[in-house]
Amino acid sequence: MTQPARTLDASGLACPMPIVRTRQAIEDLASGDILEVISTDRGSLTDIPSWADTLGHTLVDARQEGERFVYLIKKG
Amino acid sequence: MSASSEERTTIVAWSGDLDRVWPQLILATTAAAYGMTTTVFFTFWGLFTLKRPEVKVTGSDWKTKGLGVMNRQGLTKLNMAGLGPLLMKKVAAEHKVAPPSELIETAQELGVRLWPCSMTMDLMGLTPADLIDGVGEPVGAATALAEMQRSAINLFI
Repeated sequence: MTQPARTLDASGLACPMPIVRTRQAIEDLASGDILEVISTDRGSLTDIPSWADTLGHTLVDARQEGERFVYLIKKG
Repeated sequence: MSASSEERTTIVAWSGDLDRVWPQLILATTAAAYGMTTTVFFTFWGLFTLKRPEVKVTGSDWKTKGLGVMNRQGLTKLNMAGLGPLLMKKVAAEHKVAPPSELIETAQELGVRLWPCSMTMDLMGLTPADLIDGVGEPVGAATALAEMQRSAINLFI
């Protein structure tokens, strides 16, 4: 089940906002829910995996679509 | 309040220059996004970040005057107190970074504790009413140090 329960479009936001908004967006989800995050910040390539890992969430998928990085994070 | 030291970050914000205010607030909000109990202790020129923009430092003794003079010298380094909010937003947009005012708001949303240094307030002749809403009670160095002792990550910026 990789259908996102919610999509966060953090396009155009610079560090630290993608992580901050991701944190706020995932709070309302239930464990096991998928959050889709879209970012144009290159720093998110390392920040999102590190953040998810530290907090016990699972990065299900990370892909690049042109200028955008799209992540699927399963809430732990 | 029962977080272990691994879950605490304390930042001593000592400078009011934009090139330091940014890392102070970016690291504070990021620590909070990691779920850490995060505290920023605003001391000396760092306290200018918490001052209401319309409040002027009007202390009359030599110490306060000294701080004011040194603050003016900071203008060339994009000092917070020297730049108007509009110019600040412009500079922030050029760097594609959120302006300090937005980062402060975000920090507050995330529960970052913003502690003004009581000694610096005395030095500048500021009262809690001169500071922006939502900041903590003024604290002394001992309170800040006690929090640093409990924190795994301590930064002086």
